[in-house]
Amino acid sequence: MSKAHVYKRDHINTDEIIPARYLNTDDVAELASHVMEDLDGEFVDKCGAGDIIVAGNDFGCGSSREHAVWALQGAKVGAIIAQTFARIFYRNCINCGFYVVELPGAPEKINDGDDIEIDYKAGVINNKTQGTVIEFNPLPDFAVEIIEDGGLLKHISKK
Amino acid sequence: MGMTITEKIFAKATGQDSVKAGDLVNANIDIVMCHDVTTPPAISMLKANGIDKVFDTEKIVVTPDHFQPAKDIKSAELHKRLDTWAREKGIKHYYPVGKAGVCHALLPEQGHIRPGEVIVGGDSHTCTYGAFAAFSTGIGSTDLAAAIATGQLWFKVPESMKFVLNGSLNKGVYSKDVILEAIRIVKTDGALYRAMEFVGPALREMSMEARMTITNMAIEAGGKNGIIAFDEVTKEYLDAHLKDKKDYVVFESDADANYVETIEIDCSALEPMIAKPSLPSNGVKISVCAGEAMDQSYIGSCTNGRIEDMRIAAEIMKGKKVAIRTIVVPATPDIWKACIDEGLAEIFYDAGCVFSAPTCGACLGGFMGILAAGEKCVSSTNRNFVGRMGSPKSGVFLASAATAAASAIEGKLADPRNYL
Repeated sequence: MSKAHVYKRDHINTDEIIPARYLNTDDVAELASHVMEDLDGEFVDKCGAGDIIVAGNDFGCGSSREHAVWALQGAKVGAIIAQTFARIFYRNCINCGFYVVELPGAPEKINDGDDIEIDYKAGVINNKTQGTVIEFNPLPDFAVEIIEDGGLLKHISKK
Repeated sequence: MGMTITEKIFAKATGQDSVKAGDLVNANIDIVMCHDVTTPPAISMLKANGIDKVFDTEKIVVTPDHFQPAKDIKSAELHKRLDTWAREKGIKHYYPVGKAGVCHALLPEQGHIRPGEVIVGGDSHTCTYGAFAAFSTGIGSTDLAAAIATGQLWFKVPESMKFVLNGSLNKGVYSKDVILEAIRIVKTDGALYRAMEFVGPALREMSMEARMTITNMAIEAGGKNGIIAFDEVTKEYLDAHLKDKKDYVVFESDADANYVETIEIDCSALEPMIAKPSLPSNGVKISVCAGEAMDQSYIGSCTNGRIEDMRIAAEIMKGKKVAIRTIVVPATPDIWKACIDEGLAEIFYDAGCVFSAPTCGACLGGFMGILAAGEKCVSSTNRNFVGRMGSPKSGVFLASAATAAASAIEGKLADPRNYL
């Protein structure tokens, strides 16, 4: 199952996702051990493989550090669902082959702990706990292709 | 319909007569900025994908800055990877430790920024260079790797948002106060995906240093880029700083160009601003927050670590003592030397400040001035997110270099106008 970790907050920034005191390394496992540390010290322990983070507006604002995405990927987070995303973070996610879902009203439609399943291509979230089906605008095909190839560089190499 | 400066730059960078906001374009990059945190991973990615080339050894500018000189073993490893790569590839404009400085102060100072060009960098404050009527934006390591290898990146041409800076700044009020007011108005995502174009009479009176403070913080409003039209002030700066390639193209926004929103700010009515923890949009006037006790003052960074900021801080501190620990960090070696030559370093020493070598240092919680739990720092930097300068239980209060200097003397948030 993919469990939702809901943060009813806007502007969750890259300093909270991975504090700059850990940017002296790009070792993914080490970054992952500190992911979300300054926002939720228990996140690493409670996040299971494939779990989803749900938040409000402007997720990922701040620095251009791709380390934020690597830390989330390293912690096996499956995707981020947010009302809106900051620009550089959003682009970094696609470039790294990491799914992002823009969903108006996200923190109200999904509760903390809900078991959810996402069909990224169809643009459908199946909230198994609440028994609801939530639709969203899927990413354009070229972005899905980049993500499915494992990121921009792998996508380019493949071509 | 006419075009904005940003659209015209993209038209040039894609070899087209015109582009409009929303167009997806593959643009040629004129300058790629590389530093010690985001470039080593980009280099590793290129190697891992079997890509060995760089697109142009003269169009990539490299400087360690975030953790320079290396603060610990891990950052030394990052620096080693950056250094080895820059030398191996024969990067012409590589600034190793000794020549290295805070990237967004160093590149314009060393003549790498020209109007009309497209500049990307592996750092969110790359938007700084828009002060020179260039398009510049921050990117992550993967885009950086692609830019280094190919000299091209895809972009969605941004919509433009106009900020009209009316009136004239009063004594003791600076461009930092203007941008903190602009971010207070539009909030941290009010310019998301947009070009922030700054115009108006108050802007025309500002030096290039002061203008760079404004475009530097475009990202704090979510902006893709900040941009300011070329004028005599720009020309004078470029005449003094451009070295190898001195030609450039000047674009102006057409009278009928499209702006999705216009924000007017009366600069004559502004007073010194403080952005309280933990968002840059938490701006309040100094008159409503003066007196709040601080533990540290920090004067430096790509926002306000330039010579003009050093002069302003020194003017306020001259003959006085600081009441709290105060760290002064000139952003580049040339600024550091000017501080010595002009007697500013001596003023800082006499006042009881630490006068540091150029580094991004404590601005991002790296080193050289980290905060303990419960501590508060008034800082001339650009971000005050939770834990930005150290403990997640510390607080950062963003201000101009003048306000940070006045607050250092009083040990609490203070109005710099009382010292000028």
